[in-house]
Amino acid sequence: MLQILQDYGILLLVGQFPDGPIGGLALTLFIAISGLLCSFPIAILVGVARTSQIKVIYYPVSALVHAIRGLPALLIIFWAYFIIPLVLGRTISGIATVICALVVYEIAFMGEVVRAGVESIPKGQVEAARSLGMSYFKTLHRIILPQALYQMIPSILNQFINLIKNTSLGYIISVNELTYSAYQVNSQLLIRPFEVYFLLALIYFLLCWSLGLLIFQIEKRIKIHRQISTRSI
Amino acid sequence: MISFENVDKWYGNYQALNQINETVGKGEVVVICGPSGSGKSTLIRTINRLEPINAGRITVNGIDIHDKSVNVNRLRSEIGFVFQQFNLFPHLSVLRNIMLAPMDVHHVSKIEAKEHAILLLEKVGLANKAEAFPAQLSGGQQQRVAIARALAMNPPVMLFDEPTSSLDPEMVTEVLQVMKQLAHEGMTMICVTHEMGFAREVADRILFLDEGVVLERATPENFFTQPQHKRAKKFIADIRHA
Amino acid sequence: MISLDFASLLQGKYAGWLIAGALKTILLFSVSWVIAFLLSLVIAALRSCGVKLFQALMFIFVGYHRNVPGLVQLFVWYFGIPQLLPQDSQSWINANGSEFIYGCIALSLNAAAYMSEDIRSGIRSLPTAQFEAARALGLTYLSSMRKIILPQAVRIAVPPLVNQTLGLLKSTSLAMIIGVAEMTYTSHQIENENFKTFEAFAIASIFYWSCSFFLIAIGTALSRYLRSTGVD
Repeated sequence: MLQILQDYGILLLVGQFPDGPIGGLALTLFIAISGLLCSFPIAILVGVARTSQIKVIYYPVSALVHAIRGLPALLIIFWAYFIIPLVLGRTISGIATVICALVVYEIAFMGEVVRAGVESIPKGQVEAARSLGMSYFKTLHRIILPQALYQMIPSILNQFINLIKNTSLGYIISVNELTYSAYQVNSQLLIRPFEVYFLLALIYFLLCWSLGLLIFQIEKRIKIHRQISTRSI
Repeated sequence: MISFENVDKWYGNYQALNQINETVGKGEVVVICGPSGSGKSTLIRTINRLEPINAGRITVNGIDIHDKSVNVNRLRSEIGFVFQQFNLFPHLSVLRNIMLAPMDVHHVSKIEAKEHAILLLEKVGLANKAEAFPAQLSGGQQQRVAIARALAMNPPVMLFDEPTSSLDPEMVTEVLQVMKQLAHEGMTMICVTHEMGFAREVADRILFLDEGVVLERATPENFFTQPQHKRAKKFIADIRHA
Repeated sequence: MISLDFASLLQGKYAGWLIAGALKTILLFSVSWVIAFLLSLVIAALRSCGVKLFQALMFIFVGYHRNVPGLVQLFVWYFGIPQLLPQDSQSWINANGSEFIYGCIALSLNAAAYMSEDIRSGIRSLPTAQFEAARALGLTYLSSMRKIILPQAVRIAVPPLVNQTLGLLKSTSLAMIIGVAEMTYTSHQIENENFKTFEAFAIASIFYWSCSFFLIAIGTALSRYLRSTGVD
């Protein structure tokens, strides 16, 4: 396995860059980060909408979230691959397709994370803000979201880990991310599939595991901070 | 200034407020008391529309607060409300807690808001805690900040919903002190409280509420020495022996 | 104006394919679920038993399956493991639907890892007195687990287990990549052939939504039943 790492390490890490398009682990991270950044603002809207008392907002958004959550991510990628060219009138790259599909997937899941965060803010604070004459949106902006988003950081990072894992599905439309790169390596070597794919698993494991440890540390920090700030209440 | 006309409120089948008809005039200090579950909190929370009502009218300065033309945020900005649980904003400093609403709602400048906030902190005796965070304060200190926060909006009337019930006994005095001072300054106040000493000292009137009905209205003197209604008598007796 | 033509998919050979695909998904899901559930009980029990070796092994097992993408786990089994197996086993597996077998193994182990964590949470939420009472009555560790601890832990863990079950249903679609003719594979085949992409994927989507709805209904009924029989 070390031999494979030596021979193909660069391919797995960055694809054919700089002689060609970026690929491998670098592309995986690019897709995951893009997915996270693009879905986050929409996810906030979705999460807040899911706490709304206004039926015209709550029901359609909830239906959308349940619909997305009920489909396999792979099927969502297929849908994206089919619908996006229809809507835009032209084809887009595999990378963009995967990012779009993952954004759709994440607005549902991240939206639920935001919802949980917003609902965790004690009602008393909302009442206090409203009693001072602050409108619903001002209360959301100044009181609820600043606190909720901070407390949600571990969950957001968790979703990031899920995104990294889901980028592997880009394989199905030949996007040159880490899994597809490993597949290409295997196609060249042919006789050592176990080593190639186990190495692949190991790379994902190390990446996601370290992120998990980071999350654990952040959670500890936030818990302490929370204990301090809610001590007297 | 504030009036209730034939106000009823139900939670499902349970009637929380039953034909409430009361008026509170400018500068009056009214104390609402009664056994727990009597509807005292519900009553005071209907004034700034934290609780809706099912029948009747509530007017503030002659305007029906449930009228379609009334902007609820505007209404609330003119009524100060102090909660039993203080409800300070933990992520903001004491100073910012007080400055927030004047800046956001009344669009006061930051400098003005800060000056006003410091004045109010001095008034409640906490000028040295301006940069502290709520978590670093004791319960009594937090409640005094909450009062300052409500006063920052310059409301003509202040509502207090059991402001000292969550406090350890040794901190009750400091909060009552602030409230008494407000009363002496002529603030219109409605207080739901068990603190009968406070009521005796500053209240103009006491309303005794039980099971959603105002059973007795009297001056503090009369209420404590000659309660009329038998449940009021029982209430006074229970408090005496507590 | 785009015209949709569901009719052609709902009769003749395409209908046959779709039904076969649906059944294959349900079969793959059911077999994987049973294996995953039973395995998760074993894993949870081993992790709580206090023997450092078992705990370490299970810790690695769960860590691996939670941090590696499902697709990659599938590849390790389907492409990688045969390299390590002796020739006769390989031939036997190949002759008996290797895609389904490896798909099932990968999906079960993956789900088992997640489910075991939920059951472990359930175990941890039980008062230790329960366990002590069982041992005091003379039950062995295994018996205490089987008869006292796990039944209660599982009941507590029903909501997250329902969530994992839904996750397992959706992950069956991964098997299409190694050639298992389940629902996603089938709908993809159909639209490849007759270009009725929207209709094909729509039917697949409706299938998954219906199955999810059904599973959630079972989960809710189960929760209600458990609540009424006095657990929490």
